[in-house]
Amino acid sequence: MGMKFTFVIEGGNFSKAGTASSEVKKILKQLNVDPKIIKRTVVSLYEAEVNVVAHAFEGNMNVEIFPDKIVVRIEDKGPGIPDIDMAMQIGFSTATPEVREMGFGAGMGLPNIKKNSDRMNISSTINVGTQLEIVNYLK
Amino acid sequence: MEKAHFYHALKVVKEVCIGCTHCMNVCPTSAIRVKNGLAVINKNACVDCGECLNACPVNAIIVEQDDFSQIFSFKQRVALLPTVLLGQFPNDISEKQIYSVIQELGFTHVYEVDETVDILTEATNTYMNKHHQERPFISSFCPAIVRLIQVKFPALVEHIIHLKPVIDISALFYRKKLKDEGFTDDEIGIFYVTPCAAKIAAVKSPVGEDKSFIDGVINMDFIYNKVLLSIKQNKTSGSKYELNKHMSRRSIGWTLTNGEASQYAGRCLAIDEIHNVIEVLEKLENEEITDVDFLELRACDHSCAGGVLTTENRFLAIERLRKRADWYHRNKPIILEEKEVEKYRTYLLGNISIKNIEPRSILSLDTDMMEAMKKMEKINRILKVLPGIDCGACGAPRCQALAEDVVQGKAKMTQCVFLQKMLTKEGLITPQESFDISENTWGVKRFEKKSLNDH
Repeated sequence: MGMKFTFVIEGGNFSKAGTASSEVKKILKQLNVDPKIIKRTVVSLYEAEVNVVAHAFEGNMNVEIFPDKIVVRIEDKGPGIPDIDMAMQIGFSTATPEVREMGFGAGMGLPNIKKNSDRMNISSTINVGTQLEIVNYLK
Repeated sequence: MEKAHFYHALKVVKEVCIGCTHCMNVCPTSAIRVKNGLAVINKNACVDCGECLNACPVNAIIVEQDDFSQIFSFKQRVALLPTVLLGQFPNDISEKQIYSVIQELGFTHVYEVDETVDILTEATNTYMNKHHQERPFISSFCPAIVRLIQVKFPALVEHIIHLKPVIDISALFYRKKLKDEGFTDDEIGIFYVTPCAAKIAAVKSPVGEDKSFIDGVINMDFIYNKVLLSIKQNKTSGSKYELNKHMSRRSIGWTLTNGEASQYAGRCLAIDEIHNVIEVLEKLENEEITDVDFLELRACDHSCAGGVLTTENRFLAIERLRKRADWYHRNKPIILEEKEVEKYRTYLLGNISIKNIEPRSILSLDTDMMEAMKKMEKINRILKVLPGIDCGACGAPRCQALAEDVVQGKAKMTQCVFLQKMLTKEGLITPQESFDISENTWGVKRFEKKSLNDH
């Protein structure tokens, strides 16, 4: 058994970036999850959410909470990532100057998600979109 | 050990409360419900910020204070004044007058709390260097904020600087000084004049300390009235500022916004007013804000000048305090060696740490996660039938709060007036039953027509 939640992420709207991860945070707090695990999870989701806002046209965050883990799938429609290995390097960024000006796009996104999750899978198709799966164990 | 039951200075006076929804709607931790026509505060959720007191249209919420005559059970009676007190009085009242009236009330010593600020800034710098991995640091200054973090942001508890606030350092200092003069511990009574409710709660149920260093608390508006009354009755004048005192700009500005944040190196932010603080803490928790070194967070608008027990307009009070700081800065430059506190610096620095601050989240639905998940599913189902307009007519601040109360067995779904209408229409409850439910929330006879002579 598990609980499912879906949040829509709007591409290009930075004023809304973070709403989905904040909602997940509220839920995890209500479920009495260890604050340290909540923090890791929320930080990884926030990074993933900002990635969709910064690079894609639109996306979804599907959250499934099980008694032992939280599984989050973030899927977007967008340009895709040409070289995932490159994107995983700290400091690598394809963000436009406008995005950087807003304080995003320092090239920390994917590495930071990896750091703050127990399992991370990513796949991407150029000009179609990116699927990211983040798993964090709750115990 | 922290007590299981938390002391709160904010009390609802049953005889005065009219059972409206003002306090319930402004409470930042959703701690208030209306039952039987009265506001009821949930002690586990209340952080003593005082928003409810400010919102109450009939002054039914008060700050409970100790009986003043208790000061006389001590031989040595120390009054610790917050600097904001000095900003409450009109310009023609001198500091000497204020001090002497307070002394006449029965105190043997009158000091200002913020005189020991320099000790704390030194300790804070050392602490921040030593624990650099716990950045960003959150000041332990405001007890309402410390409690807010405990109940709503448990993951951030470790960022709170585990050092005593200035009020406790001063209490420690003056107690030690009097002991060195030959008085025993139980002969010394230290009383704090408070501009807010949170400081009282901090004295009565301290966080991170076994016991408080303060023996009692006196509300600032009480002292304000005593001083004004005495001065109106026998008007003496003198020079505005004290000549035998040293108050640094840092001390006088400490409890005002940016008083702390301006003292440290790095990126320091000063945020006042509890909703602003909540917004920043949310972002901090998501790591949307990074690269901040120090956060000064205060529950009241314009910090302590906006405390619920202040009487003067906060902007005028701040202006006076700034003038006061400038005067001391110009005319009485601080000579550190002359300050008595310097002799106690080592002693105070050695006793400045506090113990663990425990998180005590009010958000979790159940300690057991499986149970919590079941409850959350129930809440989501209930929310689908509630109207979602947050009218408050059920006695809870929002539909979400009612749904949570129902699941926790603290309320019934039929308290919702929308559901009552539907149930009555479908013949599932009688109009009388519906009426009785509403009387349970809003009080017996609440719905009776008011007489024209009533106000």
